[in-house]
Amino acid sequence: MTPYRIAIVGSGPAGLSAAAHAARLGLSHVLLEKTDHLSDTIFKYQKGKHVMATPSQLVLRSPLDFEAGKREMVLGTWNEQTAAAGVNVRIRAEVTAITGTGDPIPGSVMKLVKRKRDGTSETQDIQRLAPPYRLTLADGETILADTVILAIGTQGNPNLMACPGGDLPHVQYQLDDPSEYTDEHIFVIGGGDAGIENALGLAADPAQNNKVTLVNRSAEFAQAKDANVKALMAARDAGRISIMTQSTTRTIEQGWITLDTAEGEVRAPCDRVIARMGSAPPRSFVEQCGVEFASNDRLAFPKLSATFESTAPGIYVVGALAGYPLIKHCMNQGHDVVEFINGNLDLRPADEPILEAKFTGLPGARSVADWLEYLRSSVSILSGMSSLQMREFMLDSSVRLYRMGEVIFERNAPGSSLFGIAEGQVLVEVNPADPSVTVPIGAGSIFGEVGLISGRRRGATIRAGSDCILVEISRTAALKLMSQVPSAAREITRITTTRSLLQIFKSGLAAEDLAEVIAAATVETIRAGQAIIREGDTGDDIFIIRSGSMVVEKLIGGKPVFLNYVPAGSYVGEMGVISGGPRTATVRAAVKADVIRIPGEPFRALLASRPQLLDTLRAEMANRTAMNNFIESKKDSFSGVVDLYTGVANFLVEQGVGEATDVLLIDEKLCVGCDNCEKACADTHDGLSRLDREAGRTYAHLHVPTSCRHCEHPHCMADCPPNAIHRGPTGEVYIDETCIGCGNCQRNCPYGVIRMDKVPPKKPWLLGWFLFGSGPGPGEPPARWAKKHDPAYAEKAKKAIKCDMCAGQDGGPACVRACPTGAAIRVSPEQFLSVALMGREER
Amino acid sequence: MADADKTDGGRRAMTGKAVARAPRDIAHEGFLTHRGGRWAKIAAELCVAALAIYVMTDPTPRHNGGTWLGYTLGSIGAGLIIWLSLLGVRKRVIGSKPFSLKGWTSAHVWLGLSLIVIGTLHSGFQFGWNVHTLTWALMMIVILSGLWGVSLYATVPEKLSANRGEVTQAQMLEAIRTLDRQLGTAAQPLEADDAALVRMSLEETRIAGSPRQRLSGRYADDGNARALAAISERVMATMRAGRPDERLQQIRFLLERKEAALAQARRHIALKAQLELWLYIHVPVTVALLAALVAHILSVFLYW
Ligand SMILES: Cc1cc2nc3c(=O)[nH]c(=O)nc-3n(C[C@H](O)[C@H](O)[C@H](O)COP(=O)(O)OP(=O)(O)OC[C@H]3O[C@@H](n4cnc5c(N)ncnc54)[C@H](O)[C@@H]3O)c2cc1C
Ligand code: HEM
Ligand code: SF4
Ligand code: SF4
Repeated sequence: MTPYRIAIVGSGPAGLSAAAHAARLGLSHVLLEKTDHLSDTIFKYQKGKHVMATPSQLVLRSPLDFEAGKREMVLGTWNEQTAAAGVNVRIRAEVTAITGTGDPIPGSVMKLVKRKRDGTSETQDIQRLAPPYRLTLADGETILADTVILAIGTQGNPNLMACPGGDLPHVQYQLDDPSEYTDEHIFVIGGGDAGIENALGLAADPAQNNKVTLVNRSAEFAQAKDANVKALMAARDAGRISIMTQSTTRTIEQGWITLDTAEGEVRAPCDRVIARMGSAPPRSFVEQCGVEFASNDRLAFPKLSATFESTAPGIYVVGALAGYPLIKHCMNQGHDVVEFINGNLDLRPADEPILEAKFTGLPGARSVADWLEYLRSSVSILSGMSSLQMREFMLDSSVRLYRMGEVIFERNAPGSSLFGIAEGQVLVEVNPADPSVTVPIGAGSIFGEVGLISGRRRGATIRAGSDCILVEISRTAALKLMSQVPSAAREITRITTTRSLLQIFKSGLAAEDLAEVIAAATVETIRAGQAIIREGDTGDDIFIIRSGSMVVEKLIGGKPVFLNYVPAGSYVGEMGVISGGPRTATVRAAVKADVIRIPGEPFRALLASRPQLLDTLRAEMANRTAMNNFIESKKDSFSGVVDLYTGVANFLVEQGVGEATDVLLIDEKLCVGCDNCEKACADTHDGLSRLDREAGRTYAHLHVPTSCRHCEHPHCMADCPPNAIHRGPTGEVYIDETCIGCGNCQRNCPYGVIRMDKVPPKKPWLLGWFLFGSGPGPGEPPARWAKKHDPAYAEKAKKAIKCDMCAGQDGGPACVRACPTGAAIRVSPEQFLSVALMGREER
Repeated sequence: MADADKTDGGRRAMTGKAVARAPRDIAHEGFLTHRGGRWAKIAAELCVAALAIYVMTDPTPRHNGGTWLGYTLGSIGAGLIIWLSLLGVRKRVIGSKPFSLKGWTSAHVWLGLSLIVIGTLHSGFQFGWNVHTLTWALMMIVILSGLWGVSLYATVPEKLSANRGEVTQAQMLEAIRTLDRQLGTAAQPLEADDAALVRMSLEETRIAGSPRQRLSGRYADDGNARALAAISERVMATMRAGRPDERLQQIRFLLERKEAALAQARRHIALKAQLELWLYIHVPVTVALLAALVAHILSVFLYW
């Protein structure tokens, strides 16, 4: 058997485009696809989904056509053109292993460290063998190829039912259309969002008469969104769904299922099993092929050369698996990689014009490649990157020349981007009262890291100390950088530790003074709820909160009483160092947090040499003690008030307010239920309300409605293919018009505040409604009305819709302004979780 | 920085000046105490000033709308009434102007109350059977209904919140629909007469009830209540006869749950209605008042 020139694994936009180009060039090739159709990821989009073709400035180079349109149209075009191009496709050909068949490549051994659940790890050595490669398919057949293009995307494989009978045909891993099934006993396995949503979907219409049971391994539904869990419980209480927790499947037979439950074995009739137990990312399969990843981080991608070649010679990686999730990028890479394999190494990437535009207007006539190399070599944290990574990195970043004296950002400006200094130096205004007091940061270094790490506002104004060239690295690019280049992550951590110490303790400290303290400091990640300081313990470590937030509580009369809320950027534990003695209060994480732990010993030495610093700490300590005493004194006289205060504080912390920067609260003692807030939201935002007043949790008449909290580290940003989610200039998290409507952010937001919807047509003038009742009146128009008044409405694409904090509107959020009674307020947790709250409970 | 908001591919840039957030009201205080009771103070001062001048001046032949004070108070009063009526418009036009409806409501309530003093002093207590006194009376009705509204706003929300817990109105109605479905299924194997009782619950229950039921708050003659009573009786009978019927017990259980769900939904609807009911006096009488006001002013200038 002569090997194929190219074997392409995966027929998504990347693989398909590569195969079509190979066919056009007449190269011998085979396209291997796991499923029985092309492009499974897009195939699985919702029926009728509008597929978007961003970024629009990027030219498409693929032999296949692609423009924005319905899923069906996109897939139809590709199916036709793939057939017409004479691509050699094999469907139902899942590749399970790829190994070289040649000699061992000297020195090319990959060390794979596997971490196990119990904390131990195991190292596996993989000796890479030279091509041609042997690709083993699931049915055992093998295929030989000189080069392999891996284009398998990031969807991975669903975790399979391992129990006997798990391979029966009525066990399925996906649910396309819940309305297909009627009169069945259906078991949904898995209590994550996917499982819950499927179960709810199957039970939604009682006319279908399905008996739906949800099986969950643990007692809680910790993985799922609160809104989903509530809907599930409501469905159970209404008798529409049965839930079996702490249960696992033992066997599946035709018509029956047997489960192990806390009460013993249960056998029940069962016509269909829908297993939604998460999916395993494709990483371990890819690693077994000899392809190394950049780091152990969950977000890491394979290490690639400028021609997409992985660490296994002859295996190329493109598409979402290479870190480019947009369809257009995938298709271009499919084309480019085949060109590279075919020997065209001079090919200029398609994003060249975009990068060129980024460098125009800068001094020095360099080519794009030279600019990238220049930035890489002059900014220290970028030095570990490959040229391909640099290209991708630059797409999400920008470079600018700043003239001497120009302000780069101001104190208290929100911003989460990181700056690298390629040339020149910047000055940090360390004393807000006197801008002439500055500390320089020189070429090669970075600044702006505090905003990146803590998600909080800028701590100081920074201006250009000379003419300088700065790279502004967006939050997304910076996070990617830290996961791809471990040395960059270490460097950033080191710098942030020093700087946050300097910034917090000020008092004229210089980096040199801190050398010992920093050498002893460690960065720790604290789980939500975990205590870093426990009342009564001895200890004199001091903690700086890098990200997340903490609550301070104290046992009074045997009950924990809430004392204080400590946001990122502050420190706790100073009392131990100053006054010694056991800890006087417990400090625990309100949300997952990163802290810097500084041992007491070196810190005390620092204090001894810096009496000024000691004074600062003393003053802060006196403040805190005074407040604690105040609350304690209340406790004697108004114990009910303090209990309620603690209750409300704990409730808010449980609702995740600890990671919020701005949260909508409704005092239900004042709310008359007029829904003016929702109407105002809709009327100021394209006719779509971004808040659900009634939904959400309530405690002691304090209600947290379903509305965005503008998290410090927004979960919604985690996985947005076009990077459409940003933090705006006044701190709001907003979605721009490049949204492709994939729904990832909706799934990722733990608070269920994002909705997918289409913009209704503009309403007629309100006066007409007022006088003659024409038009739908204030608030969100019903979809029926929208359909009638906009012929294009039905065809419009749904996009992600969320609160933008009414950025740019005078007077602040419309929901709050429109509340007639003052029930609705939008505040930061620091503003609300303070002693002022006590006043409310006293009323 | 000149190009602070330079865009990057249509996106808002992240750097730049500390763009001040639009100043906003974050005080956690209700409309009555808005801004530390600013409008209460202003209204009180207005009343005190009007009273003082009224007492200190002694026009001949007597105080009435025709004196300089009368004209002044009349103009203030008419202006206030028109401005107060505009709340209905303001409430619905959110627009981009920085106003706070809470502030408006606060001013509305307190200045509205001050009309008692201003309007009455304007009249100089010259009451009679004419359009002028009608205007005054309508004004008083609007004001008193407003007071009633404020008292409802102060007491009902807490009850509304306590009754609904964390359940939304849609969920309440959904819960009832679900119980109906379960009742339907559970009634399948029943005898015809028992099934008829279940059908009574399904077909003759009105969630909000008739106007009479709504006002009295008693729903004993509602389909579900009657069905529950009858089924309970049969369950007891079968128990006494020593032949407990599990199917009937299940029906009773479901009917009880439906009764509880209905009670919650009805309380919810009733409380929400209370919060709006007074507006059915306040607003229509406002319209009448505006008409009377026009008539009053016209008649004054045409016939005085
Ligand atoms: C809901 C949703 C909506 C989206 N909307 C848009 C949009 O509107 N516009 C946009 O630009 N992007 C969108 N995206 C992103 C985009 O769809 C993906 O990033 C893109 O499809 C990735 O392409 P790919 O070729 O790298 O991999 P994929 O499209 O994931 O294709 C991988 C293929 O490989 C196959 N495969 C996997 N493993 C094996 C194996 N071992 N052997 C053989 N075959 C295998 C799979 O079956 C699959 O067909 C969306 C994503 C989602 C989830
Ligand atoms: C002559 C005097 C008054 C006039 C003309 C007047 C008119 C109005 C109007 C037109 C509305 C809008 C209703 C709507 O559209 O929903 C309103 C609302 C209201 N009024 Fe008055 N009013 C007067 C006096 C008062 C007084 C004295 C009080 C209280 C003591 C009061 C309390 C209220 C309240 C609480 C609202 C509801 C606000 C809201 O929920 O948005 N009013 N009034
Ligand atoms: S959408 Fe959700 S995750 Fe994103 S900022 Fe708002 S609350 Fe946080
Ligand atoms: S904003 Fe949300 S829906 Fe839109 S593209 Fe990003 S993740 Fe997808």
